[in-house]
Amino acid sequence: MSGPGHVPHHARNHRIGEEMKLRSKALAGLLATCALGLMASAAAAGTLDTVKGKGQLTCGANTGLGGFGIPDDKGQWTGLDVDVCRAMAAAVLGDAKKVKFVGLDAKNRFTALQSGEVDVLSRNTTATSSRASTLGIIFGPVTYYDGQGFLVKKKLNVSSAKDLNGASICVQQGTTTELNLADYFRSNNMKYESVAFQSEDETLKAFESGRCDAFTTDASGLYAERLRLANPDENIVLPEIISKEPLAPSVRQGDDQWYDVMTYTVYAMLDAEELGVTSKNVDDMKKSDNPNIRRLLGVEGDQGKGFGLTNDWAYNIIKQVGNYGEVFDRNVGEGSPLKIKRGVNALWNKGGIQYGMPIR
Amino acid sequence: MTVQTAGHDAPKAGFSLYDPRLRGIVYQVLLLAALVALVWTASSYAVANMARLGIPLNFDFWNQTAGFEINQTLVSYSALSTYGQAFWVGLYNTLLVGAFGIVFATIIGFVVAVLRLSPNWIVSKLATVYVELFRNIPLLLQLVFWYTVVLKSLPQPRQSVSVFGAVFLNTRGLVVPNAVFHDNAAVVGWALVAGVVLTIAFSVYGRRRQAATGQQSPVLWVSLGLLLGLPVLAYLLAGMPIGLEMPVLRGFNFSGGRQIFPELAALLLGLSIYTGAFISEIVRAGIMAVGRGQHEAASALGIRSNVTMRRVVIPQAMRVIVPPLTNQYLNLVKNSSLAVFIGYPDLVQVFAGTVLNQTGAAIQCMALTGFVYLAISLVLSTVMNVYNKRVALVER
Repeated sequence: MSGPGHVPHHARNHRIGEEMKLRSKALAGLLATCALGLMASAAAAGTLDTVKGKGQLTCGANTGLGGFGIPDDKGQWTGLDVDVCRAMAAAVLGDAKKVKFVGLDAKNRFTALQSGEVDVLSRNTTATSSRASTLGIIFGPVTYYDGQGFLVKKKLNVSSAKDLNGASICVQQGTTTELNLADYFRSNNMKYESVAFQSEDETLKAFESGRCDAFTTDASGLYAERLRLANPDENIVLPEIISKEPLAPSVRQGDDQWYDVMTYTVYAMLDAEELGVTSKNVDDMKKSDNPNIRRLLGVEGDQGKGFGLTNDWAYNIIKQVGNYGEVFDRNVGEGSPLKIKRGVNALWNKGGIQYGMPIR
Repeated sequence: MTVQTAGHDAPKAGFSLYDPRLRGIVYQVLLLAALVALVWTASSYAVANMARLGIPLNFDFWNQTAGFEINQTLVSYSALSTYGQAFWVGLYNTLLVGAFGIVFATIIGFVVAVLRLSPNWIVSKLATVYVELFRNIPLLLQLVFWYTVVLKSLPQPRQSVSVFGAVFLNTRGLVVPNAVFHDNAAVVGWALVAGVVLTIAFSVYGRRRQAATGQQSPVLWVSLGLLLGLPVLAYLLAGMPIGLEMPVLRGFNFSGGRQIFPELAALLLGLSIYTGAFISEIVRAGIMAVGRGQHEAASALGIRSNVTMRRVVIPQAMRVIVPPLTNQYLNLVKNSSLAVFIGYPDLVQVFAGTVLNQTGAAIQCMALTGFVYLAISLVLSTVMNVYNKRVALVER
C-alpha cells in the first residue's frame, strides 16, 4: 500500500481478520461473515482504487451552509467544500460530475468518514489536534481560514464582542464552538448564558425570535446565516474573531496515497491561481512556455503517475472546477451573495496566507 | 391444522433427531450460538478497527475539564468543571423533566378522561378533540411548535411583563425572586418535615377511624394547617431567617433571582400534553371497565357521584390502568430526549452531544447514555410494578 512503516500494521490487522473469519465460519457460518465483511472492507483496501473501481467519489458535505455546502433548488450541490470534492473527482476519475454527496451533520460526520461511508469529508471542518489524534482522521490543506465571530441585532447598539457581558448567546452544539465561546468569556472575565441547539436552523430561529442577544458560529457561517434572516440588514457581524478555525478536508489515517491525492488537488488549485491558469484559459495555457504551467497541466513530466492518476489530473481540475480564486469568488466571494473578502485567504504573494506546494 | 404433541403416547426412546422436542432445543441452541458469534465477531472487529485508527475506548476523559457552559444546572457547574460533572448536570435535567412531566401528564390524563366521560356534550366533545388532536401529531412537531409559540409570544427582557416588580416574564424565561437562607433557616425546614410527618399520621388515623366508626375526619383542613401553619409559625418564631433576592435588569438580562427557562417550559408543556392525551384514553378505558353495577350500588347507598368516582370507581379502574400507564411513563422519559431540538440541556444534549463531540468518545458516550435511560426505565417500571401489585385484584 503506502510507506514501509505501515506494513506491520496492516499485516497484523490482516492476521486478526483471518483468525476471526475462521472462527466465525466454524461457529455461525454465512450470517456472521456477511456482517463482518461489511465492517472490515472499509479501511483495508486503498481508497484510490476503491474510488476508481466504483467510478464515483463519495463526499461528506454540509447540507445547509450557503457558500460551503448546500444543495440548490435544482438539487445541485454548491459551495467551496463541495467544489473541493468535485476537483478530487476530476483528478481521480477525469469527471467532476462523478461525485455522490452525502449530507452530514456536525455530529455524524466523523463516524461517516471512519466507517468508510464517505471517501473524503469536506464539510467546513476545523482542523484541530484532538480530532487528528483521537478520531483516526487526517486533515488536508486548509481550504478556508475561518474564525468564530458573533452576529447581533443592530438595535442592541453593540459594537464589540467585549460589550456582550451578561448576554444570552445561541450556539450550535456539537462543534468546538461552545468551547471557544466559554474560553473567550472566561478569559475576558465576562458572564453569559449559553443556549445550545443541535441544528443550525433551530439556533438561528431562536436567535431571530429574541431568545438570545447574539448568535455565534464561524464567521463564514455568520455571513451565510445572516442572509437567511428575515431582515439581514438589521443584523451585523461583530469585528472580533475569537478563535482560529482552519477549515480543511479530511480522510482516514493510514492511507497515504489517498491523502496525497486530496492534498495535491487543493495545491493544484492554488498553484493554478498563482500561475494565472483559469478554467477559461486552461486550453491556451497548455501551449505556454512556462515550465511550471507545463508541468501542472501534464504537458511535461509524469506528475500524475506517482499519485496513481493520469498526467492531465490537474488540467481536469482546472478545466472542470476552476482554480482556487475562481472557486472562492463563485461560492463565497464577490461573485456570491455572501461577498466575503479574500482577507487571509488571499494567496501568499497577495497579502494572504494561502500557499500551494509546488507541482514539480 | 393438527398439532403434533409429544404427549404420553410418544415413544420415550433415547436421543433421536426425529424427536420434535429435542430438535426444537437443538435449533434454539444453534440460533443462540449464531447470535452470540455474530455479536462477538462484530464487536471484536469494531474494537480492533478502533484500536488501529487510534480511537480510545475508555473513560479517561471523565475527569478532564469540560470547558463549555450549560445554562440550566441543578448542581453547581461551570466551564471549569469536568466532563463527569457535565454528565450529572445533564442527568439531573433529564430527571427533572421526567418527574414533572409524569406528574403533569397524569393530572391532565385523569382530568381529561373524566371530562370525556362527562354527560355534558360540549365538555366531552372538547376532551375528544384534545385527545385526537394531540396524540395524532408527531411529538417533535409539537415541541417545536410550543417552543416557537412560547418564544414568539413573550416580550424582550427590557419590555418584560412584571408582577409587583418581583416576577418577570420575557423571552429569557420566567424570573422569580431567589430565596436567601440565613442562620436559622433550618428550623423552617424541620417544621416543614414535621408538618409532612404529622399530615401522614393524621390521614392514617382518619382512615382507621372511618373504617372503625364510619366517622369522617377533616383531613384536608388539618393537613393544610399542618403543612402551611407549622413552617410559617417556625419562620416567625425564628426571626424571619429566609429573605428574598429580587431580580434586577442589568444589561442584557436579569441578574439575581431564579430563572425558569423557556426551553424547560416548552418541553414540559409538549411532553405533558402529548402523553396526557394517551393517558386519558387509558384512564377512560379503565373507568369503562368497571361494571355499571358498581356505580348503581354506590348511588343506592347514597354516595355522591364525585365520591363514587374517587372511592369506588377509580380504585377498581387502577387495575386496568396501571400496566399501560407504566408504558406511557417510560415513553415520556425516553421522549424527553427530543429536548435537543429545542435547546434544553438534557442528558442527550449535554453528554451524547457536546461531550461526545469534544471528546470524540462516541461509543462510550452513547453506551453510557443508553445505559442511563435503561436504568431509569427499569427503576420506573419496578416502582410501577410494585404499585400494580398493591392495586391488583387479590385472588385467593
